[in-house]
Amino acid sequence: MALAPERVEEKLRERFPGVAFERQQGEAVRDFTLFVPADALVDVCTFLRDEPECTFTMLSWMGGADHLPRVPRFECIYSLLSIPQAARFTLKVRVPEEQPRVPTVTGVWPTANWHEREAYDLYGITFTGHPDLTRILLPEDWVGWPLRKDSPLGYEEVAFTHNTPGRIKPSPALKKLAPKKVRYRAQ
Amino acid sequence: MTLNMGPQHPSTHGVLRVALELDGENVVACKPIIGYLHTGMEKQAEYKTYTQSIPQTDRMDYLSPMSNNLAICLAAEKLLGVTVPERVQAIRVLLTELTRVSAHCVWLGTHAIDIGALTVFWYCFREREKVLSIYDMVCGARMTASYFRVGGLAMDIPEGFLERCEKFVREMPAHIDEYESLLTKNPIWLARTKGVAPISAADAIAWGVTGPSLRGSGVKWDLRKAEPYSGYETYDFDVPVGASGDAYDRFQVRVAEMRQSTRIAEQAIRRIRELGAKGEYRLRDFKYVLPPKEEVKTSMEALIHHFKIVAHGFFPPVGEAYQAIEAPKGELGFYFVSDGSARPWRMKVRSPSFVNLQALPVMVQGKLVADVIAAIGSIDIVLGEIDR
Amino acid sequence: MTDPQAPQNPKSPTPFRTLAQARPAAPANDLVLPSGPVSDEDRIREELEKGILFTTVESVVNWARANAIWPLGFGLACCAIEMMAIAGPRFDVSRFGAEVFRGSPRQADLMIVAGRVSIKMAPVLRQLYDQMPDPKWVIAMGACSSCGGVFNNYAILQGVDKIVPVDVYVPGCPPRPEGLIHGIMKLQEKILSSKIELGPIPRKKKRAQPVTGSGAA
Repeated sequence: MALAPERVEEKLRERFPGVAFERQQGEAVRDFTLFVPADALVDVCTFLRDEPECTFTMLSWMGGADHLPRVPRFECIYSLLSIPQAARFTLKVRVPEEQPRVPTVTGVWPTANWHEREAYDLYGITFTGHPDLTRILLPEDWVGWPLRKDSPLGYEEVAFTHNTPGRIKPSPALKKLAPKKVRYRAQ
Repeated sequence: MTLNMGPQHPSTHGVLRVALELDGENVVACKPIIGYLHTGMEKQAEYKTYTQSIPQTDRMDYLSPMSNNLAICLAAEKLLGVTVPERVQAIRVLLTELTRVSAHCVWLGTHAIDIGALTVFWYCFREREKVLSIYDMVCGARMTASYFRVGGLAMDIPEGFLERCEKFVREMPAHIDEYESLLTKNPIWLARTKGVAPISAADAIAWGVTGPSLRGSGVKWDLRKAEPYSGYETYDFDVPVGASGDAYDRFQVRVAEMRQSTRIAEQAIRRIRELGAKGEYRLRDFKYVLPPKEEVKTSMEALIHHFKIVAHGFFPPVGEAYQAIEAPKGELGFYFVSDGSARPWRMKVRSPSFVNLQALPVMVQGKLVADVIAAIGSIDIVLGEIDR
Repeated sequence: MTDPQAPQNPKSPTPFRTLAQARPAAPANDLVLPSGPVSDEDRIREELEKGILFTTVESVVNWARANAIWPLGFGLACCAIEMMAIAGPRFDVSRFGAEVFRGSPRQADLMIVAGRVSIKMAPVLRQLYDQMPDPKWVIAMGACSSCGGVFNNYAILQGVDKIVPVDVYVPGCPPRPEGLIHGIMKLQEKILSSKIELGPIPRKKKRAQPVTGSGAA
């Protein structure tokens, strides 16, 4: 019998009574998502991985999201997969803008290493305890967090005739540069 | 000694850089450095509508473009809460399985070239050309197809398409036999791949490895069977699983997958014939999907819907959805956050190669330098997907 | 070997001429033109005719360079797969002498920039271009390397001609293998019609034609 996400929530509330879990509401939120406070994250993840009924041994992916006008601004989304139970579960951590810090889960799932580096690279969220928190996709000396909503896209204006008024028109002498008509050997 | 396998190197997996710490020929530490193909696709998706992001996905895993298209369309459809008609599902399954065959052909050709078996490359590319002609026939482009749309297909399949696919499916098993006859019992191939770059099942799961690399380690996990999508539960196929998790087992798994894919493609062709060689190719939900052109010319509402969808894009409900498919490389998933507008608020791509490549240091720890090449080939990575 | 007074034979398909064509025309007021060899000298000349070609150094060098271009294996993204397809059996690029994709830039003379160039990759690309010895050419394959292509954002260089001089642009996303082969043939045309540098001795005439091997920019 597949493991229902409600059962997972029940077990979590039972095991961590003091922690403020919150189910994400919304009619079009198609996956069961649970908000977890950042300080309880590592314990919750360890429990979900080791608990015999849950066995969420794989962290499928971890990503960040920026909901700019909303406070707290960032979110870290953890999507867990349990192969024995054939079940998925999603956890979310709200990350404030002033102190964007989340404890790392590389101790629970080693695969989180690169996912957290990517979230750091694109959003600037720091993962405390991460073994090697450096930029992964952008050059090492890049300044800024590109996927934040207040970072620009970096669009470069394409040069057309109508928006390059000072362009140099090609001189007629350039026609001499056209290569000589050369015949190929086969002809 | 530190050796840099730079971003430009002959094994054509793209721009991957690996920093190797060597002790003679043994690898002490291995660190893959990525980002040389970072394209900002996730940022760009926030400035484009869902349909406009579909061509971007072709350029992610560029060896299996229709798989990526399928993943993004299914994720958007999950967000919308719609399911496409059965005929569309069958066509999607057919094209996705042909994509899997073609992606595995390229993988085999390039993996063999890295190891030194040059002949296989030409054989594999010959088959791949047949699949690319099929793509060309159905959507006009050889590689970057963008044929699927949210709610269906861009256009109906042309005449002669099913015959062409049948011919390919009929001839492919003989070609796979050819590849096997060249490699499977070849002593050089066995020496280069047996026992090379092993990863245990527990390690593979801990490192998030999915796809044929996970199945090579003995874990029977295939999203087409475990979390079926697009009608896969109605097809009859096996999931090959390896035993020891070395490069040879991954090779066996992928070759067997090619055979299973031809099997699924055959069943899909039969199903499309039953449902009609010509028929509906889009969902009839005009809030999200373009209405047929004949109706646009006669019905007022269809015209208004057409205008709205073309001018602004469709407006999904406020919410989130994650949908994963079994791409040739592993679990490919798209996560959309929608704020109700025509452009996604966030698009996150869970790309299998990004996660699988992390397991490379685990696979080659203590092994020889030449094994690193075999390992990179056997994980089957595509840099477009890793760097997005 | 150079014979500036000899008439260029317009019918010759190659840049080469035979000894017969190179010989100056006989003077018009000769009394009798003997047919066949009459002296030892003529006999020797006839024998030599069969085995000597006259041409210019420039034509030979350009012909050799054009028909044996060695590309650098520099596939970045999707265009790389189409580049591999031209090495494949259906679009055989070894007909054009270009099937040896060299791994090292030191041994290559053509860099086909196949794919999108990200800002992290740009310095690497420039370094590879600098490592290639003269004469060298660059083909920008695909829309992304020509002008940034589909991706106009913070991460992608809008055209590889911002950092290296490009000889041929091949548009497409990705260009069909036939398109890339057409680009290589256009490059061959360009090479065949270019003037060559023969060392530090400057030419007297001002060149109006593209110069190979100048390593411009």
